[in-house]
Amino acid sequence: MSETPLLEVDNIKVHFPIYKGVIARQVGAVKAVDGVSFSVNRGETLGLVGESGCGKSTTGLAVLRMLSTTAGTIRFDGTDITHLSRAALRPFRRRIQMIYQDPFGALDPRMTVGQLIAEPMIVHNIEPNRAARDTRARDLLSMVGLRQDMAERYIHEFSGGQRQRIGIARALAMQPDLLICDEPVSALDVSIQAQIVNLFQDLQARFGLTYLFIAHDLAVIRHISDRIAVMYLGRIVEIAGREALYDHPKHPYTQALLAAVAIPDPDIEATRPHITVTGEVPSALNPPPGCRFHPRCPLAIDRCRTEEPQLRDMSNGQSVACHLA
Amino acid sequence: MPLLSVKGLTTTFRTDRGVLTAVDDVSFDLEAGETLAIVGESGSGKSVTALSLMRLIAQPAGRIAQGEVIFEGQDLLKLSEPEMQSVRGDRIAMIFQEPMTSLNPALTLGVQVGEPMVLHRGSTWSNAIARAGDLLDRVRLPDARARVNAYPHQFSGGQRQRAMIAMALACQPQLIIADEPTTALDVTVQAQILALLKELAREQGTALILITHDLGIVARYADRVAVMYGGRIVETASARNLYRTPRHPYTSGLLASIPRLDQVTGRRLIPIDGQPPDLARMPPGCAFRPRCPRATPECDTTRPALTEAAPGHWKACLNDV
Repeated sequence: MSETPLLEVDNIKVHFPIYKGVIARQVGAVKAVDGVSFSVNRGETLGLVGESGCGKSTTGLAVLRMLSTTAGTIRFDGTDITHLSRAALRPFRRRIQMIYQDPFGALDPRMTVGQLIAEPMIVHNIEPNRAARDTRARDLLSMVGLRQDMAERYIHEFSGGQRQRIGIARALAMQPDLLICDEPVSALDVSIQAQIVNLFQDLQARFGLTYLFIAHDLAVIRHISDRIAVMYLGRIVEIAGREALYDHPKHPYTQALLAAVAIPDPDIEATRPHITVTGEVPSALNPPPGCRFHPRCPLAIDRCRTEEPQLRDMSNGQSVACHLA
Repeated sequence: MPLLSVKGLTTTFRTDRGVLTAVDDVSFDLEAGETLAIVGESGSGKSVTALSLMRLIAQPAGRIAQGEVIFEGQDLLKLSEPEMQSVRGDRIAMIFQEPMTSLNPALTLGVQVGEPMVLHRGSTWSNAIARAGDLLDRVRLPDARARVNAYPHQFSGGQRQRAMIAMALACQPQLIIADEPTTALDVTVQAQILALLKELAREQGTALILITHDLGIVARYADRVAVMYGGRIVETASARNLYRTPRHPYTSGLLASIPRLDQVTGRRLIPIDGQPPDLARMPPGCAFRPRCPRATPECDTTRPALTEAAPGHWKACLNDV
C-alpha cells in the first residue's frame, strides 16, 4: 500500500455565476463549494455528510470532473487531474465511478440489463470480445447478489434495491479504484437499505475499493465510514475519525446534527436531551459573514460574526473550524 | 370511549393490474390526546389509511370497500360529503409531506391559515387573518404578524411546514393526522418541526396520528405504534413495549436492520431478505412469509389475525417470537 492518499482535494471552490440583464453581467455567484480540502486513503471510506445545499453532492461531481472547479486542485493517485484535457482524463474517468441515488433516470429502458452493464466496457475498451463481455456482465450480476439470468431482463422489471445493485455492477465493470456514492441508499425502503449497505462493505473488502460516501443520514454514515467530513454551506466544519466525531463532536453544528437524529429506542429517547438549533440553512448566494453557522449557533460570540474560522487540527486527526473549539 | 375507533377498514384501488387491496381489514383505537405512529415502508398502506380516515381517496379508481371510522361516536364513512367537509379542517386536520403542494401559491399565508376559521367558525376575514398572525407566531414563524400577507413562495420549506401546522391548529381539532410531515426537510429542521407539533398537540390535548417510515422519530414522539406491512397492521403496542419486545418477525427484522447512532461500530447490519410484497400478487397466507426466517408450512396458507399476545400488545403472526 502506497503512502499517498488515493484522492487529495485541496481548497477547491465551485462557484456558479449568476447573470442578470441583456448583456448578461455577472451579478454574483452561488458558492456551492467554497474552499474544501480532504483526502481519502486507499481502501478507506470517507463519509461526506450535511444538509441540503451544503455542497456535498457538488463536491462529488467536482471530484469526478463533471463540474469545473473555480479554484483548488484535485489529485488522484498522485496526478493533478484538475485541468486535464478530456483525452488525458479518460483513464481516470474509468478509475473513478459514481453511484447515484437512482441511476436509471438517464439509461435506455430498451437495453437489457446485460447490455447496460456491458456498455461502459465497450466505451472504455475494457473487454473487446463480445462473448467475454457477456460472461463478465453475468459474473458482475452474481457479484452484486443478482441472478445471472437477469441479464436478459429490462430495467423496469426491477425493484429499487435491485436497480441499485445493477448500478453498482455497472460501476464495477470499469474495475474502478474509487466509488463516489451520492445518497445511494436514501431512496430505498428501510428493509432494503441494509442489504445495499452490506453489499458496499462486502465489495470493499473483496476488491479493496475506496469510497467517498455522500449522504444526509448520520446513522448510515457512521455505520459505513472510517472518517467523516461534516459540511455546512460549502465548507467543511469538522472532519474526524468515526469514533471521535460521533463520541466527541467539537463543532456546535456537528453537535446539533447529532442531537437532531432520533435513536430508535424510546427508553433512550426519553432521557436524551433534544437540543435543537433554531432556524434553517441560509442561502449559499449570500452566506453570513464570519462563521457561516453563527446565526444559528447557540455559542456564537462577536468574533464569530466577523472572522471566518479555519479548520484547525485538534488531535488524532480531528479538525474543527470553530473559534471556540 | 376512544376518540377514534377504526374497524375493519378496507380500501381498494382498481388498476390495470387488477383490484389492489391497499388497506386490508385495518382496526385500531386512538384515545384523546394520544400520539399513535403508523410505521411502514412504501406500499404498506400507511398513507392510504390516513387518506381513508379523511375520506380523501381518489374516486372512482379508489374505494373504501368496508369498515367503520367512528370518530367521537359518529361513523365518518356514513356522512354525506358536505357533512364530511365540515369535519375536515375543523375537528380533524391533516398535514402532508410536501407543504408546497398543499398550499395555494396564489393566496397569502394569512388567508390560508385563516380560512378554516371562516369556513367552520363563521369568523370574519379580518378577524381570521389577525388570528392567523397569532397562530403563525405560535408556530414560531419569524416576523409572523408582519408576514401574514406574504405568499408561500416567500417562505422556506420548514417555514411552510410551520404554516401548515398553524393551519391545522386553527380550529383546535381533536385529531391531527400528519403524513410524513418532515420527510422532505433537513434533519435539524425536522427536529424543530416535530418538537413543535408535539408540544402544541400536548398543550391543546390534540390526538396525533403520525405516519412515518422513520423508527427513530417513532421512538422519540409516539405513545403507541402500529406497524403495517402489505396493507395490514402486523403489530401494535405501546412504543416502549414494541421496541423492547417486538413480537412480529417483520418488526424485529426492521429493528435489527437499521444502523443506529449509538450502536457498537463494526457490527454488521442484519438485513431482511427479499423485497416488500407486490399488492397485485399477494401470497395467500402471511404477506411476510416469503421474507420470514421463522416461517412454517402453516404460514403459506393461513393469514394470521391480529391477536393479543400480551396486555395491549397485538401481533399478526402464527409463531411465538
